[in-house]
Amino acid sequence: MGEEFKLEVVNPEKSFLSKEDVTEVVIPAFEGEMGILKDHIPIISFLKPGIIQVYSKTGEEKYYVEDGIIEFKNNNLSILTSSILNIKDIEKNQIDEMLRQAEVETNKDNVNDQDKFLSDQKIEVLKSIN
Amino acid sequence: MASLDDLKKRIVSVKSTQKITKAMKMVAAAKLKRAQDSAEKGRPYSEKMNNIILNLSEGISDKENAPKLLSGTGKDQIHLCVVMTSDRGLCGGFNSNIIKKAKSYFSKLSSQSKELKIMTVGSKGNDQLKRVFGNKIIENISFKNSKNANFFDAEKVSKIIIEKFQKEEFDICTIFFNQFKNVITQIPQAQQIIPLKTQTDDKEKSEDNYEFEPDEDEILTNLLPKNISTQIFKAMLENSASEQGARMSAMDNATRNAGEMVDKLTIEYNRSRQAAITKELIEIISGAESL
Repeated sequence: MGEEFKLEVVNPEKSFLSKEDVTEVVIPAFEGEMGILKDHIPIISFLKPGIIQVYSKTGEEKYYVEDGIIEFKNNNLSILTSSILNIKDIEKNQIDEMLRQAEVETNKDNVNDQDKFLSDQKIEVLKSIN
Repeated sequence: MASLDDLKKRIVSVKSTQKITKAMKMVAAAKLKRAQDSAEKGRPYSEKMNNIILNLSEGISDKENAPKLLSGTGKDQIHLCVVMTSDRGLCGGFNSNIIKKAKSYFSKLSSQSKELKIMTVGSKGNDQLKRVFGNKIIENISFKNSKNANFFDAEKVSKIIIEKFQKEEFDICTIFFNQFKNVITQIPQAQQIIPLKTQTDDKEKSEDNYEFEPDEDEILTNLLPKNISTQIFKAMLENSASEQGARMSAMDNATRNAGEMVDKLTIEYNRSRQAAITKELIEIISGAESL
């Protein structure tokens, strides 16, 4: 009996990641970071820009997401997102570009509070990767 | 009767047409494989999304105040029809099947004296609809430049739809697309996306009590626009697979027809060549006899 559960990350184009041997996942849920272990109660939540940390026997992996929905049920964690990147694969100039865009976004005059919050969040996360 | 030269020219031109249709068929077959792959890969996302929405809408406490995207505006006077077609022709009945389906829906609406608004995605549908329904078309989008169906395009479409919904420009939104069954069969579909119809005949009704964070309403408000993008993206994927399938079988038929035509023309050419030779021989022989 392990302490493992199944993680599946899908984006609209394909199944991005599927792992059977995950021990812990930390997700940037909308109301704060949340760690999920085996036998968590069923939960649905959605994500804000941040880092998903996946712990498994093979080590730790980090992914950058901008939005998404998570569902946990019967030791199956599904993450649905349209924007996910493995931090290992992001190039420095890509981060800079995204940072620049987020800054443009947050400095617009007509942003509403939620959008502003989200793009501020994005900037913070991107800076932390950098 | 056509002269030998004319026949020869026709054979050559039919042969070169055959070459083109054959090439198009092969290109379509290669693209079909890709489109089918991405349609299959995209399925888990939309299925999961559907599941979550289903669970959420069951769990929602206050049905009266549910988000409008789920429950509708309470009226059904103005219909928005999103007709999704291809940007290119030469794909058999692909586009006209969608248009036919849409038109019969339109006439049903007008017999019930509902108001109709049309949005076309893909230029072929716009071309066919603007003759009759030109004044009803309020928006026309085409993604000629993007090679494959991608999610950003779908999001663009859904953004326009949601914006119009929030301005209360319509009450009910239906999308028209071709569902891919196999290479020969594509089924034109009409699917209502606003307000959302949840299928209650789901076999595994979950009895799990989910924890929601933040609460259901807030999640739903965030999720429903995403679901619309997802549905549209799914329709786009199905459509592109169907388009390639339809094109492949259409081009296959065309190639075969061209082959038959070449055979027929060749026989005719040989016959008239032989007739000409026989005629010349007879002339020479009768000429010699009269001496």
